[in-house]
Amino acid sequence: MAWFVRSKQNIEDAKPAYMPDGLWTKCPTCGEMIYKKQLEENYYVCYKCNYHFRISGFDYINYIIDENTFKETHTQIKSTDPLHFEDTKKYPDRLEEAYKKTSLNEAVTTGIGKVNGKEISVAVMNFNFIGGSMGSVVGEKIFRAAKDALQKKIPFLIISASGGARMQEAALSLMQMPKTAAIIAELGNNQIPYISLLTDPTTGGVTASFAMLGDINIAEPGALIGFAGPRVIEQTIRKKLPQNFQRTETVIETGFIDLIVSRQNLKEQLFKIINWFS
Amino acid sequence: MQIFDFEKPIIELEQKLEEIRSLTGTIDMSKEVKEFEGKILDLKHNIYNNLTRWQKVQIARHPDRPYSLDYFTNIFEDFTELHGDRKFADDKAIIGGFAKLENHSVMVVGQQKGRSTKDNLYRNFGMSNPDGYRKAARLFKLAEKFNKPIITFIDTPGAFPGIEAEERGQAEAIATNMMLMSDLKVPIIVVIIGEGASGGAIGIGVGDRILMFQFAWYSVISPESCSSILWRSWDFKEQAAEALKLSADDLIQFNIIDRIIPEPVGGAHKNQDEMFKILKPILIQELNELLKIKPDKLVKQRKEKFYKMGVWEE
Ligand SMILES: [Zn+2]
Repeated sequence: MAWFVRSKQNIEDAKPAYMPDGLWTKCPTCGEMIYKKQLEENYYVCYKCNYHFRISGFDYINYIIDENTFKETHTQIKSTDPLHFEDTKKYPDRLEEAYKKTSLNEAVTTGIGKVNGKEISVAVMNFNFIGGSMGSVVGEKIFRAAKDALQKKIPFLIISASGGARMQEAALSLMQMPKTAAIIAELGNNQIPYISLLTDPTTGGVTASFAMLGDINIAEPGALIGFAGPRVIEQTIRKKLPQNFQRTETVIETGFIDLIVSRQNLKEQLFKIINWFS
Repeated sequence: MQIFDFEKPIIELEQKLEEIRSLTGTIDMSKEVKEFEGKILDLKHNIYNNLTRWQKVQIARHPDRPYSLDYFTNIFEDFTELHGDRKFADDKAIIGGFAKLENHSVMVVGQQKGRSTKDNLYRNFGMSNPDGYRKAARLFKLAEKFNKPIITFIDTPGAFPGIEAEERGQAEAIATNMMLMSDLKVPIIVVIIGEGASGGAIGIGVGDRILMFQFAWYSVISPESCSSILWRSWDFKEQAAEALKLSADDLIQFNIIDRIIPEPVGGAHKNQDEMFKILKPILIQELNELLKIKPDKLVKQRKEKFYKMGVWEE
């Protein structure tokens, strides 16, 4: 993986999202102590139990896009605070914190790049930016990345990781659901392939819009995928949820996922799919 | 009828007026009656025009407010309910069917709540499972096939968060409906009549004209749930309602809705017949406008409308 150098992709040096500092890291499912370097080399997947650690959008770009081919797009689109939203914090303060914490400019990164020489338009979400929530900017950037695919007649890939719509933009966030669904309809009408990759977690308004609308829906192993959050469901029905409920391995059995792909095989599998369409 | 705390001053004055009226047999009180009637009118005007967003949410949930079925049977003629998604079930929380509006055949689809406990259990409190969205999709396609306009009525506290709802693809059903609706080659009018909560609402909420009742609410989450997530307590629903800017007056400023439908003084539940009389000519007028537009242009305009939604800077 000689190309796995962030700076070569013209992107800021964002730290992988969920890595604590230190040389060793404990796998949250099997408890194995993993040497960090080893984890990094294995795409942040536990070599013992195949647990997929949450990673940032740029990590995905590094894993699937050919070296030196990624051009980030639409970075100039920025969130404002149209509703002057304030809960325990002001929305602009939350945004400011997220910029600082993640060195990202939003919960989605868009761009054009190549997968084994095949050009695609890609939008990848960043769960560590306000829970990967979808507000106006996320919706608009996904909309424009889809338009790029349409104009260039190249496949479109969205990698989702989101808690759902962004509450701080209320109904404006809600409207990003029909907005993105409508542009995906347009891709379909123009025979532009759209591949949706669902990673941990993909819930709420993101699942209930573009994430479930792929010509191909792919999921990473063990990802939480659903509409309502497990806690909300538990509170509503007052029952314990079955094991593996809303996990990739269950969701594929109920018929909403085409295939499960481990991160180590992601690029190869994506290429096969893109190649089928071409 | 359920009275809200903020209406109590009106009720008190109305009771006083009744007392005065009861005296008119013995003394001439016509001057006082007139004066009191004027006072009551002023007070109503004052209270109902200055409602907080949370108070509007309460009105939107009033149990005597007309529901979808009330509109289907009182505004339209020849309503024929059509059941089932032809896949799995007949959801009782989303209903729909054939109806006539003046001389137009239209497809009506709406969320349906219940009034009694029994009725509410039957309707699942207006919270649909995926089967409801799929029934709606079936009816939308049927309407398109025969070139009939669609009118949807939104009134839901949300899509149902249950195990089976998830297993049968609540998210997929809502997503597919929005995609479908964005492409339908017939006019679609959406009317938010009460509660418009989140994905559950937008699942039948994509259209050419989005009309919203004066006291309805529409947002990404209910004030209660918003309070519990952002404030980590259920006690901040009033603040959450304010922060979410969920009223019709708010949403028209962001072009999320196109038109506010006025309600009878105090809300649709105070005078259901008047509400029907207000809405009917508006629907006819809106429909006639949309019928003038060619299908391809209609779809293009609808998409453009949603493509513009959102606020950002660049
Ligand atoms: Zn492990």
